[in-house]
Order: sequence, then C-alpha cells, then structure tokens
Amino acid sequence: MENKLDKPLVWRRMKGRLVQNAVLQAIFFAATIFGLIVLALLLSRVIMQAIGWLDGDFLNSFPSRRPEEAGIKSGLVGSLWLMMIVAPVSFILGVGTAIYLEEYARKNRFTALIQTNISNLAGVPSIVFGLLGLTVFVRELGLGRSVLAAGLTMSLLVLPVIVVAAQEAIRAVPQQLREASYAMGATKWQTICRVVLPAALPGMLTGAILAFSRAIGETAPLVVLGIPTFIAYLPGSVLDTFTAMPLQIYNWTGRPQEEFQHVAAAGIVVLLVFLILMNSVAVLIRNKFQKRF
Amino acid sequence: MGVPTKKEQQFSVREMIVENQARQHWTKRMEKLAPKFLFTLAALSVLVMLGILFTLLFETIEFFRRVSIVEFVTSKEWLPWNEEHGSFGVAPLVTGTLLTTGIAMLLAVPIGLASAIYLSEYASERTRRIIKPALEVLAGIPTIVYGFFALTIVTPLLQKVIPDLEIFNALSPGLVMGIMIIPMIASLSEDAMSAVPNSIREGALALGATKFEVALKVVLPAAASGVIASFILGISRAVGETMIVAVAGGSSPEFTFDVTQSIQTLTAYIVQVTTGDAGYGTTIYYSIYAVGMTLFIFTLLMNILAQYISRRLREEY
Repeated sequence: MENKLDKPLVWRRMKGRLVQNAVLQAIFFAATIFGLIVLALLLSRVIMQAIGWLDGDFLNSFPSRRPEEAGIKSGLVGSLWLMMIVAPVSFILGVGTAIYLEEYARKNRFTALIQTNISNLAGVPSIVFGLLGLTVFVRELGLGRSVLAAGLTMSLLVLPVIVVAAQEAIRAVPQQLREASYAMGATKWQTICRVVLPAALPGMLTGAILAFSRAIGETAPLVVLGIPTFIAYLPGSVLDTFTAMPLQIYNWTGRPQEEFQHVAAAGIVVLLVFLILMNSVAVLIRNKFQKRF
Repeated sequence: MGVPTKKEQQFSVREMIVENQARQHWTKRMEKLAPKFLFTLAALSVLVMLGILFTLLFETIEFFRRVSIVEFVTSKEWLPWNEEHGSFGVAPLVTGTLLTTGIAMLLAVPIGLASAIYLSEYASERTRRIIKPALEVLAGIPTIVYGFFALTIVTPLLQKVIPDLEIFNALSPGLVMGIMIIPMIASLSEDAMSAVPNSIREGALALGATKFEVALKVVLPAAASGVIASFILGISRAVGETMIVAVAGGSSPEFTFDVTQSIQTLTAYIVQVTTGDAGYGTTIYYSIYAVGMTLFIFTLLMNILAQYISRRLREEY
C-alpha cells in the first residue's frame, strides 16, 4: 500500500506547533510573574523611600505640618478603635446570617433573595457604602464623624465577605457530626452551638480576619463620611472623632512637599506590616485548628 | 446502679425531675427563639441593600428637583462650582471613568487570562501553590497604596516616555488599576478553567494536540462563561475603584478621550466634594448622590450580568 502521509510536511508542521507551544508557555509564564515583579519593584521603592523616616518617633507622634515631626500615632490608634466596632458587629451579623442560611432557611424565594442580595452587596463599590453611612449614621442617627459611625459603615461593607466565608466553613462540617449529635438527644440549637460552630470556627475566623484586614485598608468610605485627617489627640470613646491610617496616607500623598512623600511611604510600610501581621494570624489559625473531615 | 453522686444524694427524684423540666423549658425556649433571632440578622442584609437604594433614591430625587434630568444625561459639561454657568452634565465623569476602566482592562484582561492559562494548564501543583497565594497578596494591598504608586512612581516613569503627560492623567491610574485587577481575573478564570474535567483535556491530547491547542480550543471554550464573568466583574471593580483615581487621576472633568490629560471619574468627584466643604443641603451636596446612583446602577447591572452569564452559559459535565 502506498503511504499517503507526506512525512516531511508533517514533521515541519509538528515542529511549528511544538515551537508555538513552547513560546506561548514562556509568554504565559512571563505574564504570570509580571504582576509579582511589578509588586516587588513598587514595594522596594516604597521601602527605600521610607528608610530614614520610619522610626520610633514616627509611630509615637501626631500629624504635623512639618514633615520631620509628622507621625502616625493617631491613625494607628484610630484604626485599632475602628476594629473594636467592626470586628464584633460584622462577625456576629455575618455568622448569624450564615447559620440561618445554612441550618434553618428553607429553600424558598426569600432565602434565594437573601443569597443573591449578599452577592450583589459584595459588588457594591465601597464609596457607595460611604454615602449610605454619611446619610444614615452620620446625619440621620446623629452619630457624627465618630468611631461608631465609621465602624458601622465598615461592618456593613465587609459583611458579605464574612457571610460567604462562614457559609463555606459551616458547609464543610460533615453531616455525620450533626446526626451523631441528634442521636444523642441534642436539639437543633444545641447541635449548632456545641457541634457545628466549634467545628466551623477556625474557617470562620480565617475568613473574618481577612475581611477585617480589608476594612483596615479601606479609605474611600472614610473620606465620604468626612473623617478628619488632622487630629492630634486620641479618641476616648466610640462617639469621639478619630482618624485612620489609610486616611493619613491619603492626606500625606496629596501634599505638594517632596518630604511628605517619604512620610506617606513610612505610613504605607506601617499599614502593610499591620496587614501582614493580621494575615499571618489568619494563616496560623487555619493551619493550627482547621480539621479535615 | 453505681455509687450515688453528690447531686443524687442532695436531691430527691422528684426534685431532680422538676429541675430537669426547668432546664428543658429553657432549651425549648432557645429552640424557638434562636431561628427567629438569626432570621432577623439575615434579613438585615436585605435591609442594608434597601437602605443603600432608598438613601440614594431620596437624595437623587432632591437633586433632580433642582437640576433637570435631561441636563444631567445630555449635557457635556460638568461645572458644579460655577455659580453663573453651573452645569451638571454627567458625561465628562462617565468618560473619565470609562477611560481609566478601559486602560485597566487592556492591561488586566490579557495578562490575567494568560496567568490563568499558565496556572491551570501548564503549572505544576507546586508552582501553583507558590504563585496563587502571592497573587492573593497583590489583591490584598489597600487601594490607597496603589494610588501612591500611581502618583509618585508610575507617573514620573511614564513622563520620561511621554513628555506631554500631565501630573494628573488617566493613563497612570488606569495602568495601576489594571495591575490591581490582574489577580482577580487570574484567580476567577483559573477557577473556571480548573473546573473543566481532565478527561476532555486528555481526549484532545490523545488526538495529538499540543498543550496550547488544548488550552485555546478545548479548555477556554468550555470555561468561557466563567472567564467572561471574571472580565465583567473586573470592569465593575474598576468602575467603582476610588482611591487610585482620586489620588492620581486629577479633578478636571473634561469630555475627552485623551489619556495624557487630567480627568475626573465618578468616584473621584464624590471624594472631591466630601473632602471639600460643600455645605449640607447645597445642590453640590445632592449631586454626589446622583453620581453615586449612576455608579450603583452601573455596577449592579454588571454584577447581575456576570451572575447571569456564569449561571446560564455554564456547561455541565
């Protein structure tokens, strides 16, 4: 039988396709590390700019018109105050919603509505949450530009993230655990409190800490609420005005003097270190306590 | 029966029954109260959405009492501070937003998609385990930090290449926003592509296809719904992004498509008004709600579209 295959042609084409594959693999790889390289470059620039400006005095001083004296103390403490509202409010709301949706809700229209609503809320720009907070908390409820008003606004902003993380954590608890608990005579609520929640807690906490770190870095809603940047005292209660780290950085970035860019860079390093610490705690919790069923 | 415990010695049987009943009473009450309480918490999320909707709606209506809706939609001038020739045409803010979003997507779509293909089709399990968390770090950096990058590092660099570039421009924040969105597109697209079953890949490989041909002609079409949804979510994210454009984009609402010029986006306008001292009750104060409403409607439609596409066009295996 005659061989109909044109072997040289096949070889040539095959080679071309293999070369194409190799070249594109290289391009895809380059694209993947592109973002990481840019990130490394930008971060190293910021750290270089911060050197010499980031010291004990910077952490321990209030904002100032003179760049050499400016510090991030009120922003750092303000961000911690903010967390004191955001952490409990958003965690209780988020976990409660997740328990309801996963354990109690019947499959009906209203449940579907809540679920769709949560994913839609996650897509609402943060600045729009700022407008909500400005109207409802700052003006209607008369909370002013306080820690409480900002904390409640931020809680609503990160709520969808916490709900979704908590739902996933609850879903990962195997059904057998619940059934074993029922078999021992426990009621539904007892089962949720003593079996499901303890098992799901590490996953919930990991998701929640990641959400909190988003709240720490979020600037736009605070700007819209009118939270001041130039504050030379620390808040004494949740009804006092305050300022937060990202706001300080925003303020310094916008100043015309060259020196304030260094101050802003120092502020960014403090903010990023803070976020890295929070994320490490989340990873630690995940690795240490998460059980695989 | 073993040795009686302390409790049994102290109580008679009758007392123990009574005590048990009292405890059960509490259990029963909790059993009834808990779902109601949790339902309230869950319903609150709906309330938040309604809250956003109504706040924006009421204040926007107040704005349209003062400024005609026709002017808002059709005028090409946004001059809220001009007392005599004040004009509220939202078009310049929309073009500013579209400009930065367009630049961001031109960078983020090809690179994000290429990363997704690499991670899902080429990378070993080990490489993936290193690169994915690193990309998540990129996504976790606060936007104000990206804004700082854009203004103090990227813009001066670009000015060396394009001497005409203004200090505030659309190009630099657009590019930085693109870098910010890469991990989002990469991760969502990778999820969609990883969900394509291996048997389909192996079928194509067995027919002699190269890995690239498998990725382009088999995996990508199968994962198209998820990939397109990730693009739409990326657009929605870019449209709502605030701090990068507020820091590096400038505050001159011009009806222009020139990327080297200073522009203003919808979000940056809201920032400008709220950092300034436009008094409560002025037309400018109400204008931020109309702008916010525009933003809200646009991002909501985008998100619903993304959900629709990923749900309806998904191929089930």
